[in-house]
Order: sequence, then C-alpha cells, then structure tokens
Amino acid sequence: MPPPVRRIQVDREPYVAPPKAAAANGNTAPASLATRLRTARSSSAHVRERMRVDSVWLAYGENWVVRDVTLPVRQGEVLAMIGASGSGKTTLLRSLNRLTEITAGAARSGSITLDGEDIHGLEVNDLRRRVTMVFQQPNPFPMSIFDNVAYALAERPGRGRRRRRSPAIEQAVSEALHRAGLYDEVVGDLERSALRLSGGQQQRLCIARALAAEPEVLLLDEPCSALDPISTATIEELIVELRECVAIVIVTHNLQQAFRVADHVAFMHLGELVEYGTSEQVFDHPAMERTRDYISGAFG
Amino acid sequence: MTSAVELAPASPPGPPAPAPGTPIARAPRERTSAWPLVDRVGYALCWAVGIGLCLIALAIVLFMFFKGIGYMHPSLFVQSPAPSAKQSQSGGFLDPIEGTLIVAAVGIAIAAPLGIALGTWLAEYRRPAWLARAVESAIEIIAGAPSVVLALFGLLIFDQGFLGFLSQTSAGGGVYGRSFLAAGAIMAVLALPLIVGTTREALMRLPDHLREASYALGRTRATTIRRVLHPAIRADIATGTTLGIGRIIGDTAIITILLGLYLDTQGVGNTPVLSTLKGTGSTLTSYIYANSPAGEGSAPQKAYAAAFLLLMIVLALNGIVTWLSGAKMTPTLRGRAFNLLSFEWFPLPWTR
Repeated sequence: MPPPVRRIQVDREPYVAPPKAAAANGNTAPASLATRLRTARSSSAHVRERMRVDSVWLAYGENWVVRDVTLPVRQGEVLAMIGASGSGKTTLLRSLNRLTEITAGAARSGSITLDGEDIHGLEVNDLRRRVTMVFQQPNPFPMSIFDNVAYALAERPGRGRRRRRSPAIEQAVSEALHRAGLYDEVVGDLERSALRLSGGQQQRLCIARALAAEPEVLLLDEPCSALDPISTATIEELIVELRECVAIVIVTHNLQQAFRVADHVAFMHLGELVEYGTSEQVFDHPAMERTRDYISGAFG
Repeated sequence: MTSAVELAPASPPGPPAPAPGTPIARAPRERTSAWPLVDRVGYALCWAVGIGLCLIALAIVLFMFFKGIGYMHPSLFVQSPAPSAKQSQSGGFLDPIEGTLIVAAVGIAIAAPLGIALGTWLAEYRRPAWLARAVESAIEIIAGAPSVVLALFGLLIFDQGFLGFLSQTSAGGGVYGRSFLAAGAIMAVLALPLIVGTTREALMRLPDHLREASYALGRTRATTIRRVLHPAIRADIATGTTLGIGRIIGDTAIITILLGLYLDTQGVGNTPVLSTLKGTGSTLTSYIYANSPAGEGSAPQKAYAAAFLLLMIVLALNGIVTWLSGAKMTPTLRGRAFNLLSFEWFPLPWTR
C-alpha cells in the first residue's frame, strides 16, 4: 500500500543540521559523567555510515506510525531517538532489523539499507545477526550465563557439562562478556542460571548476548528504563565505549541520558522526524519550535 | 500503624525506633457486626463451606486409612492376585500395581509429546486460524467427554481387523481389542487436554519480548521454541504431565472396557515387552472395582487396602506438583525429578 500523497509544509521539513557545525563548543557541560563521556567521545577517529533509512513509512493496519523518515546510522557514534510515546521511534528502531514484520498487519514503504544493501533483500536471520537488539525489560533466557551468550553464536554450544565445548565458543563468550563489562562479576560461575543475576547484570548480559553475534549495528530500546541509576551509569559508559566498533541506535525517554551518551539526536513527533543534529545542536540550540517545547517539557 | 521503616533518620524528633523483634502494631480487624445481614450470612456460609470441604477431605482420607491400613500387609505388594472365595487365599495386588504403572507409562508416552506439541502449535503458530479454533473446540469436547464414552469409542477402534497387532487375535480372525496398548492409547486421549492446556496457557503467559529477543539474535522460530520457550515453561510442562498421570491412574471405566476385568497380568506371545503390552491385566482401579462389594465382592478387605494405596499415590502426585512448582534446574533430587517430568532429557534433534 503506497503512502498517501500529502504536501509537507515548508516549516514542517525536518531540520537536519549540517555535519560538524557544533563540534567546536562541546565543552560547555559541567564536570560530571557527561563531561567524561564527552571527552572520551572526541577521540572517535573515523565515523562511517552503516545504515541508511530513506523516506521510510511504516504502518500498523491503517495507521501510519512512521512518516517519511530519512536518517543515517553511523559507526563510531551513538544515535539517540527521542520523542513522546507514540512518536514512532520504537517502531522505526524495530524496523531496522525487521522485527516489525512479526506484527500482523505491519506495512512499509521506502528503503532501509545496511552497507548499501537493501535489508529486505537479505535473509532475515542473517540481517538480525548483523543488526541485534536489546530490549526495555532485561530478558535473559532461562539457561546458564554461558549458554545465554553462546546462544547468539552460529554453532550450537554443548548442553551443560555433558558435551565438551569448542575453545572457539569459550573464547567468543568470554570476549562478549568482557566487552559488556560483566566478565569479572560472573567469571566465578558461568554455569549459574542467568535469572539469578541482578537487573543491571541481566541487562548487561543481554548486551553481551547481542554483542556475541558480532553485529554491525546495535539497537537499544530504552535499555535503562527498568534499572537503577548506578546500573544505568554503567550501561551508559558501556554504550559510549562500544560505539567505536558498532553503530549504536538508542531509543530513550530520558533526555538527560540522550544528552550524556548521544553524538547525534533525532527528535520524532507523531511519526515525523522533526529535527536531526548533533546532541549539542538539538539540546542547546534547537532549530524547531516543537523540539524546544519537548526539551523544555512543554509537552510529552 | 508505625513501623521502623517509616522512621527514617530524616525525621529526628519522631518516637524512638522499636527494639528488634517488637511486633508491628496492627489496626484491629474489621468487625462484621457492622455489615448488612445479607453480607453477614454470606460470610458465614463461606466459612461453613470451607470448613465443610476440609472435613469431607479429611473424612475420606481417614476412612480409607482406617479401613485400608488394617488389611495392609507387606506381602500384598509381592503376591499376585489369585481367584479364591476366601480372602486369605486371594493373594496380593502385585499385578494391579504393575498394570497401573504400565497404563500410566503408555498413556503418558503418547500424551506428553503430542500434548506439548499441540499446545505449542496452538500458542505459537495458530495458522490457519480456523484450524486452531477447531482444534481448541475438539480439545474441549474430549476434555468434557465421560471416560466411559471414550472407552466405548476405543473398543470400536481397536477391535478393527487392521489393529489386531495391538491386542490378540483369535484363530478365526476376530480381534479382541483389549490390551495395555489399547487402554494406554485411550488414556492418552484422557490426559491430552490437561497437557495441551497447561502448555498453551504457559506459553501465552510468556512476554513477547522474550521471543523477540531470540528472533533479534537471528534465531529461527523453531530454535526459539526449543531452546528459549520450552525451557521457560518447564515447571508448567511438569505440572501438566503429573496431572495427566494422576488422571490416568484414577480412571476406571477405560480399564474395565479396554483392559477387561482380569486379576493378573496375562501376556500374549513370547516377545518380552511386547507380549505384556499386547496382553491384558488389571490396574488398582479395576482391582478395587472387581473386589469391592459393588463388583464380585469376593475380597472387600483387599479392595480397601488397594483403594488406600491408590489414594496415597494420587495424593503423592498432587504433592509432587506443588513440590515441583518451585524447582530449578539444579542437580538436587528435586531438580532431577523436575527434569524428568518436564522432558528436559528428551532429544529433539531437528532444532539442534
């Protein structure tokens, strides 16, 4: 079903900031976690485009929940999507690894590419191994910590202690746990049930699981909304570190969090992309009135 | 109501913190004397019915205990029943115990894989939708059908000529239609709705994001079901299976019609296991029926003893259900029982 033809008013064009415009004034934040994260960020050497969302429309049944969104997703930086509930940001995120297809009645137009290839031309499970996702609720599988991470690997791991594991899998699992910053906490007993970890540990295990597949893009759907502030800080630092090797897209309702972790911010409202720019631009000098209203708490 | 939690250090001029172990002061219970008469009568009836049920349950157990325990003797567990007019010479109930185990094993071996598969299909696939609805209606019909109806239906099927290999055939080509296999197969139909229901409900209770987390790692639906969803509902599968066993063990009508009213196990042919399965025999229920005053009435004391044993087995199964509901995959006895009843050991090679 083609999208309805509609005339987009000039002032409703999304404001897309020219790149590098505000890279100079990044040191205005107070000395806090944000500063540390931002200093770490300036070291990112090369930024490379991995995914491109091009004039994408998404619908559930008759409702268009994402309207004509165009966005780049780059490796080496974090893209945060902010906006009120119902603004279509989670739907857009889920469409990046075709999870929207599970929902009956979902429709789409426009193209999403991964490294220049249309994702709808890729085998869906290959795509989902290259673009993995972490959810709002920590959802470890009902198996051991080791098996949770090994689950994402292509080969099947041994079951429990009965079958010997290949050294390659052990290596990959410990590497993923290291990258998620969980290794030191769980190395004592990797056979423990993952359900016995704390909430923050469970969520980092989910991140480790998503990283074990060696993805090119990591999607995070409000990964900290069920966690306490300390776990949140741990995961935010992790996100900033990880962006060197994977492109990261994070959906969040927490504007402070978007400000702390994101290099680029996309503000969505009622399915439209209102503004896209670096986080300094969007938070300090928003170009659109709706962005200003949202950031200052006037609505949403 | 004050408690130590409310007395945070932020409010220093409050009362001193109570000593550890001080019971929390509770508000007095609500008095029913202020209620309208109708509500008070209803409240009293709730109490009466609850206490009444407890008394009935207690009476059954105690009655069976005192009736049964007196006639219970260790020799009953090792002697085969013998047809005799004198109770002292009528043997024990070794064969009925065997028969009960065989019927339960055959029934569950058929019902559990089918039930888990069907429940999974109903919860996870349901396509085409009309077929799923039809299957659900069919399961409701089976669940509601009296077991004696199922038994008659089973006899109709199993005395067909082409199913002669499941029971015994006479020289003239007639098929007897009664065997442990026939009884077990119809018992499976009896247990199927329980297993389908628990599997389906448990899967539908799982949050969608658990499935999506697996899909989002590039895993197929079959792998997700086998490695994420089924392990997550193992407690429910174990419960369904145990309830199914309880249902099978307690049924009488299917046994009397599809196994016949015999006392001892009678094999057919010489093949070791198959001869027993193709043959007939008795279970505790049919033994009770045959020996009770309602049946031939030849050994009512034995019937009471067997009834007490059967009641204990069914109560134990209910206990196992409760015991397993909090079990985890641990190498304890409880964890092992849990693994056994939740089919953790069962290999499904096509999703590995």
